This record gives sequence, structure tokens and C-alpha cells, in this order.
Amino acid sequence: MSLLELDGVTRRFGGLVAVNDVDLVLEEGDVVGLIGPNGAGKTTLFALIAGSLPPSSGSIAFRGAQVGGWSADRAARAGIGRTFQIMRIFKSMTVLENVMVGSYLRETRPARARDLAEQVLETVGLGELAGQAAANLTVASKKRLELARALATQPRLLLLDEVMSGLTPVETSEAVELVRKLNQSGLAVLLVEHVMEVVMPLSQRVVVLDHGVKIAEGTPAEVSRDSAVIEAYLGDQHAAAGG
Amino acid sequence: MGLLLFVYPFVVKDAFWQNVAVLALVSASAAAAWNLLGGITGQVSFGHSIFYGTGAYTTGYLLVRYGLSPWVGMAAGCLVAVALGIVIGFPVFRLRSHYFSIATIAMQQVIFIIVVNNKALGAATGIELPLREASLANLQFSTRDLLPYHLIALALLGVSSLAIWLFMQGKAGAYVKAIRDDEDVARAMGVPVRRYKLYALALSAAITSLAGSYYGMYSLFIDPNVVLSLNLSIAIVLVGVLGGAGSLWGPLVGAWVLQVIQEETRVRLSGAGNALDLVIYGLLVMLIAVVEPAGLIGIGRRLARRLPVRRRAVQR
Ligand SMILES: Nc1ncnc2c1ncn2[C@@H]1O[C@H](COP(=O)(O)OP(=O)(O)O)[C@@H](O)[C@H]1O
Ligand SMILES: [Mg+2]
Repeated sequence: MSLLELDGVTRRFGGLVAVNDVDLVLEEGDVVGLIGPNGAGKTTLFALIAGSLPPSSGSIAFRGAQVGGWSADRAARAGIGRTFQIMRIFKSMTVLENVMVGSYLRETRPARARDLAEQVLETVGLGELAGQAAANLTVASKKRLELARALATQPRLLLLDEVMSGLTPVETSEAVELVRKLNQSGLAVLLVEHVMEVVMPLSQRVVVLDHGVKIAEGTPAEVSRDSAVIEAYLGDQHAAAGG
Repeated sequence: MGLLLFVYPFVVKDAFWQNVAVLALVSASAAAAWNLLGGITGQVSFGHSIFYGTGAYTTGYLLVRYGLSPWVGMAAGCLVAVALGIVIGFPVFRLRSHYFSIATIAMQQVIFIIVVNNKALGAATGIELPLREASLANLQFSTRDLLPYHLIALALLGVSSLAIWLFMQGKAGAYVKAIRDDEDVARAMGVPVRRYKLYALALSAAITSLAGSYYGMYSLFIDPNVVLSLNLSIAIVLVGVLGGAGSLWGPLVGAWVLQVIQEETRVRLSGAGNALDLVIYGLLVMLIAVVEPAGLIGIGRRLARRLPVRRRAVQR
């Protein structure tokens, strides 16, 4: 039984097919990269897995249970943790309080929830900022906070949505190290990045989406040689450079 | 502040100011209850008189019809209010919060119409409560000195505030604040959003009902046009907002100001029932919202910061 198994997953928004017949398998301990140009359907796929959106068709199995169409809180309880691409921190709370919302999922006692939250903040390197108002954090710290909050729910599968975009090269390599460390402790990670370079050194396998369709899957080396991928990406980057 | 409120009725013997204090304490309880749901959990109710009225009517009805002690009536009122809250909240909390606001207004009208057409509940005239021997058991006292009424109202506010404070200490507190800040993210963190909205609503309804029960016993007359009115619902919202949504002392300050305005307009302008008091109060709320969004409590805090020497004393 695989950790996560997507079979023919499709999601429509009116006439638009944001995710089109996607198959995907993740095993315990995997780090899989999910890449694709803007609008490819990566965030939508995350929302489907994490229960924020129901799929239009297809099946999503997490540890053998059909989770497609579950509510997001049920998916979280089952062990699926996610971050949000557009950093959505709880703005009236401190950094620690933000993380405690996550840690209360499995630690009902306040003291235990606080301990876990502090521990997670140490892990992501925000220990010093625990008492700060979350709204005042820098972009890089907010991304770490997103990560800490998801980790505090003690997930088995972590869905990271562009946690490294917008970071400086130094911050990016720190974040890469952090994800590697989490993975070494046994956590499976599905990693969305717009930038291919970040995903390649981290992922055992890479899946490429374009216009909702999975156009390639393989090792980082295989995928970066794939002509369809090069076309999708180069086209996008040329467009970006030109625009 | 707590001590001040305790000493007040021993010192102040003027009937007008004693009455203002009792009413302010009662409406502070209701506003604190509203604040838990509207200010802290972010589910703005414009129908809290439903629960206030539920308390008053349950207590009054059980007393007049079955001769039951008002204390029993208060407890029963809480249960009915919680049940009513869940019946309203369960379907509506599936939707986004502004639907909840609209639904509370609608429910308010529905319940008002049901009650004023119900003979057993006194229809449009309401319920007059019998005068009993002055005693704690009867929850009736001499009206020459409102001292006992004041102390019980204060105890009620104390118990309500304590219940809310306890609710906010652990997981529930963290969850309801998360719901107000971002419902979707809360859900992704494993928060069963609807369940925690219902918890907040249940506690809020119970406390509001207690305030309503007590108000009924204090005025010995339960008028649907008062205890089930939209005016009252709005007054509860305004008191919560004026004082400073989210703070513990805010509702008390807001309630005090509203009571003074209410009594003054009633006495000086014979403005009973024309909602002039609410107009004045509403303007005040707007003015304060512009100056200090955190309400009167926020203004107080700012002043306290300007006066460093007195800071510790003021913060108490
Ligand atoms: N809630 C929604 N309603 C309608 N269209 C949506 C919605 N969410 C995403 N889309 C569309 O689905 C497509 C995929 O979006 P998204 O999953 O955000 O892509 P990516 O994360 O790969 O950039 C885009 O065309 C986007 O406009
Ligand atoms: Mg995206």
C-alpha cells in the first residue's frame, strides 16, 4: 500500500480543466517534486489532496483510505499537512500562537501543545521569534512559519507549495537543507516549486504538469532532458524574459 | 476595577445612578457574551436578543405558570438558549460568516413573531411577574436600595467573564481565534471549524440568556418589544464594539456609556422607544472607530501609555 495514490484525478472550474486525469504515487519517505509553469494546476492538485477542494473525478487514496472529497480538517487529522503559496498566517497572533493552532491537533493539553510548537519553531529556525507578532515577520520568516505550522500537526505527508519562491539564494539553500532534514526523519514530501533548480537536488522523482496534464515523470536527470518539459518550460521562460 | 464595582453600591445611593449601574452590569454580561462570538470568533450576530429573550421568557414563564424558582428558570433558560443556538448555528455555520449575520436577523424576526402571537407567553403585552417576598431565593429585593441587585449582577458578570476567560485559555481559544483570522487555513490545520463555532455560540447563548433572565427578574416585566427586539440586538453589538471587541473590560465600559445615554434620553427627551439613544450611541461608536479601532479600551490604553507614572495603576 502506497502512502498516496492518485488515479485519474480531474478538477474542473466551469469550462477550465485545472487538473486533468493525473496519476501519481508517493511512498513513505519519498520526496517528489511537482513542477510546471504558472497556472499548470499545481496548487489545485494540492488543494485536492488536502481536502480543500473535492475532485471532479478520479480517486485519491491516502494510506489506503479514499480521501478525495474529505474535509480539510479530516485530511489534516489523517496526516496530510500543507502550506499555502500565498502566505496565510494568522495575523492577530504571535508566531508561537500560530504554530500552536497546528500542535493542538494532536496535543490537547496547552503545556504539551506549547512544548511541541516551541520545538518545531527551533527546527525551522524561528525559535528566537516565538513571541513576535506574526504579522511583522519578513517574507522568508513567514514562509518558515507556514512550514512550522504544518509540521506542528505532525503530518505523514507534507505538501509544500512554493515555500522557496521569493527567497534569497542563501535563504533558499537553508530551506533546502531544512526539507532534507525533515525527510531524513521519515517525512514524505510533495514539493511544488516554480523554479526547477530548487526541486532537482532534493527530489528522488519529479512530476511535471502543464495545463493540468502530467507531461513527464522520472528522475531529475530524465525530466530535465525531456523534450516536452523543455518546451513547456523554455516557452514559459522565454515568455517571462520577453514580457 | 473589580473592587470599584463592588464598592460602588455601598457608596452611591442615588436611585438613577444605582439603576444605571445594574443595567450596565447586565448588558455588559450580554455584550461580553456577544464579543466571544462576534469579536473573538468573528461570527457577527445581529440576533443576540433571541438568547436574551429566551432567558427572560423561560424564567418568567416557569415562575408564573409553575411557580418555579427563578434560579431554576435561569438554568432552564440557558439550556433552551443553547439548544436554540445550535438549531440556528448548525445549518448556517456551513456557510460563510455573513450568512450567519443575516440568518440571525431573520431568526430574530421569526422568534419575535412566534412569541407575540403566543397567548401562553402573554402575546404582544408580555409577561408580568408577581411581586414576591424579598429574598435571595426569590431573586427579588427592595427597590429602595439596589445594593443586592447590583451585587448579583456583578457576580453574574464575574462568572460570565470567568467562563469566557477559561474557554479562551486552551485549545478552544486558539481555535476560535484561528477561525476568525482565516477559516480555510484553520481547517487545513485540522480545526473542525463548524464544531468550534458552535461551542462559541453555545457559551455565548448561555451567558446572554442568563443576562436576559436576570433583567426579567429585575424589571419584573418581560416585554417582547424590549427583550426580543432588534434594537436590543443592535445595542448588544454596539456595546461590544464600542468597548473594544476582543477585550474583557471593553463591554463593561461600553455598557456603562450606553446606559447613561439611554437613561438620559429617556428622562430628558422622553425618548423611550424611538431609538434616539441608539442613534446617539451609534454616532459615538463611529466617532470612536475612526479615532481608535480598538474601542474605548484602546483609548484608555493609549492614555495609560502617555502617563508612565500611573501606568501600572491604570493597567490593573
Ligand atoms: N477556485 C478557482 N476557480 C476558478 N479557477 C481556478 C481556481 N483555482 C485555480 N483556478 C485556475 O486553475 C488553473 C490552475 O491554477 P493553479 O492550480 O493555481 O496553478 P499553479 O499552482 O500551477 O500555478 C489556473 O488557470 C487558475 O486560474
Ligand atoms: Mg500555485
